[in-house]
Amino acid sequence: MLSRVADSLYWMSRYLERAENTVRQLDVTMSLMLDLGGASAESRWQRLMDSLGKKKGMEWNGDMEALAKNLVFDSLNPASVTYCLNGARENARQVREEISTEQWQRLNRLYHHMHSPHTHNQFQSNMNDALASVIDGIHLFKGVSDTTMIHGQGWQFIRLGRYLERAYATATLLEVYQPSLFSNQPKDDTGYQYLELVGLLRCCTSFEAYCQVYTADLSPDRILEFLLLNRDFPHAIRYTVDGMRDSIDAIQKGGGRRPPDELVAVLGRLNAMLEYTTIGEILASDPAGFLHTIREQCMRIHDYIYGNYVHYSIQSALAS
Amino acid sequence: MSAGQPMEVDTLFGDYLLDKAFDEMRAPLGDVRPQYRALAETLAGLPADELQRRKQSADLSFLTQGITFTVYGRDEGTERIFPYDLLPRIVTAAEWERIEQGLIQRITALNHFLRDVYFDAKILNDKVVPRELVYSCKHYRRQMRGLQVPRNVYISVVGSDLLRLNTGEFVVLEDNLRVPSGVSYMLTNRRVMKRTFPQLFHSYGVRPIEHYPQLLLATLRSLAPEGRPEPNIVLLTPGVFNSAYFEHTYLARQMGIDLVEGRDLVTHDNIVYMRTTDGLKRVDVIYRRVDDDYSDPLIFRPDSTLGCGGLFNAYRAGNVTVTNAFGTGLADDKALYAYVPRIIKYYLNEDPILPNVETYLLTDDNQRQHVLANLDKLVVKAVGESGGYGMLIGPASTARQREDFARQIEANPRNYIAQPTLDFSRAPCLIGNHLEPRHVDLRPYILYGDKVNIVPGGLTRVALEKGSLVVNSSQGGGSKDTWVLEQ
Repeated sequence: MLSRVADSLYWMSRYLERAENTVRQLDVTMSLMLDLGGASAESRWQRLMDSLGKKKGMEWNGDMEALAKNLVFDSLNPASVTYCLNGARENARQVREEISTEQWQRLNRLYHHMHSPHTHNQFQSNMNDALASVIDGIHLFKGVSDTTMIHGQGWQFIRLGRYLERAYATATLLEVYQPSLFSNQPKDDTGYQYLELVGLLRCCTSFEAYCQVYTADLSPDRILEFLLLNRDFPHAIRYTVDGMRDSIDAIQKGGGRRPPDELVAVLGRLNAMLEYTTIGEILASDPAGFLHTIREQCMRIHDYIYGNYVHYSIQSALAS
Repeated sequence: MSAGQPMEVDTLFGDYLLDKAFDEMRAPLGDVRPQYRALAETLAGLPADELQRRKQSADLSFLTQGITFTVYGRDEGTERIFPYDLLPRIVTAAEWERIEQGLIQRITALNHFLRDVYFDAKILNDKVVPRELVYSCKHYRRQMRGLQVPRNVYISVVGSDLLRLNTGEFVVLEDNLRVPSGVSYMLTNRRVMKRTFPQLFHSYGVRPIEHYPQLLLATLRSLAPEGRPEPNIVLLTPGVFNSAYFEHTYLARQMGIDLVEGRDLVTHDNIVYMRTTDGLKRVDVIYRRVDDDYSDPLIFRPDSTLGCGGLFNAYRAGNVTVTNAFGTGLADDKALYAYVPRIIKYYLNEDPILPNVETYLLTDDNQRQHVLANLDKLVVKAVGESGGYGMLIGPASTARQREDFARQIEANPRNYIAQPTLDFSRAPCLIGNHLEPRHVDLRPYILYGDKVNIVPGGLTRVALEKGSLVVNSSQGGGSKDTWVLEQ
């Protein structure tokens, strides 16, 4: 497939994943604020911003509602949901012939939905529903992507984008939460700690999945284990790394070109890190450093994908 | 008229006024023409709000499909849906047969003309067409001299614009021989129409057009360079900011070929490659939707980044087919247009089946004086422009606009032609919840590979503003589905 097209599909997918992540984290933060106890609004907003990657132009100013509105609708701020959805649609528009009509129509509808006055009004009157409608739109798009598109190279680049974005975002989120999870506060029975832990899980849509594995008995190390090392849950980092490896394999099988050794190596190393380690070992050594390494490796994976499939030099390509 | 009440055929038309222009639906005394009767009865039988409901559902379908175009000159990059009129334009089998024959004749002759001009120039030596008209045309490409093109086909994709005069006769207004657009609207209009009036469509016996992409693909394949049995065919687009971008993506998807931009292409040793995730892949046929000027910065405009450096040399070496060929704009120059009947006679020794519109050449002193004295009655067009830009419509112009044009004509007479203001035909359109007549043209799409193919129908464009004569989408025009009847 054309390098430019692969690039657009990859970014379309990353933008959508980013939009979904932002909406979900905002939703969780807003609903945590409904409960009285625990942290201040300012510190919660600060934490939200940190886990979204310290975006500019969204610093705390005391007006929670205006900030939330900007985070959703400010199309000029790269942190906003609208900005991400515009980016996804623009990328899709540039590869309109590569994606299915159903995919395009879903994304186009979501785009018009974000820009309609109705959605703005709904956001004022019922933020929950407004955010849920955006998530619905993204889920529908992912659904038709899986059911209406050939699972060829293009689809694999969509998967690559989705998993890379997700791995990076989850690692960032855990890195931000990690200090407070393991601070030696006395266990309280008021339920506020419990709400915080549920919030963390809900940021990754993983509360119910966690309960199925560990029951509703929430503990920080199990949550970290689940979100880092579970092999079956799509929002766990290990799952996303496996997914990236599968996609790189499939892209190679589809085209016959060998992925560069560096890409194979970095994916393999990341996979080994997550496969051959226990949560006990991670906690005993340096959990923050571990999460940081994952983020760094993700950035390198992105660079290798670019160097190999998108921005390779003509000389090297003619020689091979 | 209250909502929910069926309209009778008589009241259907309300204050629908006939004038001296040909009406597609109604004979001069107001009777509905035979081929429109079933349509009129169906419309009369529908509650008034039902038509509106169907129209809204059709509009929504265009919007969610993203069938939009970009308007230049106003807000840069504004996306709009191409307004769609619910009522079909109906062409009888006999009318179509004549149109089809006329277009085949015309395209064949124009292709002969291009071949001749770029090789022996016999028609110029025989003084049938003035030499200076050809060599002063800004679309003439000296790089094409003596360059052998596959199958001698220069113009493989054409969309000629036809009008129907008040005699009922179809005439050719212009031949679009460079990168004609609009065919995707023809195809999507049909799809929406089949959903909007399924039974009516079925009962009419309309000839299909849906196979156009397949015909186009076969045409492109037939022009592949020798020795490339499985050619890699691509569509070259200027990119997402082009007004016809939707169409480019639509056609590429319907044909199952890659849509490339200039930046996807590289040339090496006179071979064109595209950058893929699996390395470089050779390109054999390029269906070009980029103008000559922007195709290759090494040969044409050096400041353009839309094309691909080295493309022309690869083309000259015969390693890649680019279609339409370069330099075809010569034959749709609006001044050369006046000579097309003579061109047909010269190469085919036939009289033109479809006549031209009377055209004044402003390089001729007598004709120019006549035109300058009658600017308020005539239409003046710049010869190299298209899309309704650079045009003066005399009866609708201000004195100041006419002065401007007169000055420009005096300064550069070769750059303009004039034609009478045509009373071309009108067809009923749904305006609000009643019918009103609007001016329409017809753009059939002609493919020329191993033979000439025309899908029955084309794009009927509508001047949606009352009384307006401009049907171009860039100037607020709309479109209709065109039904060519089986018999």
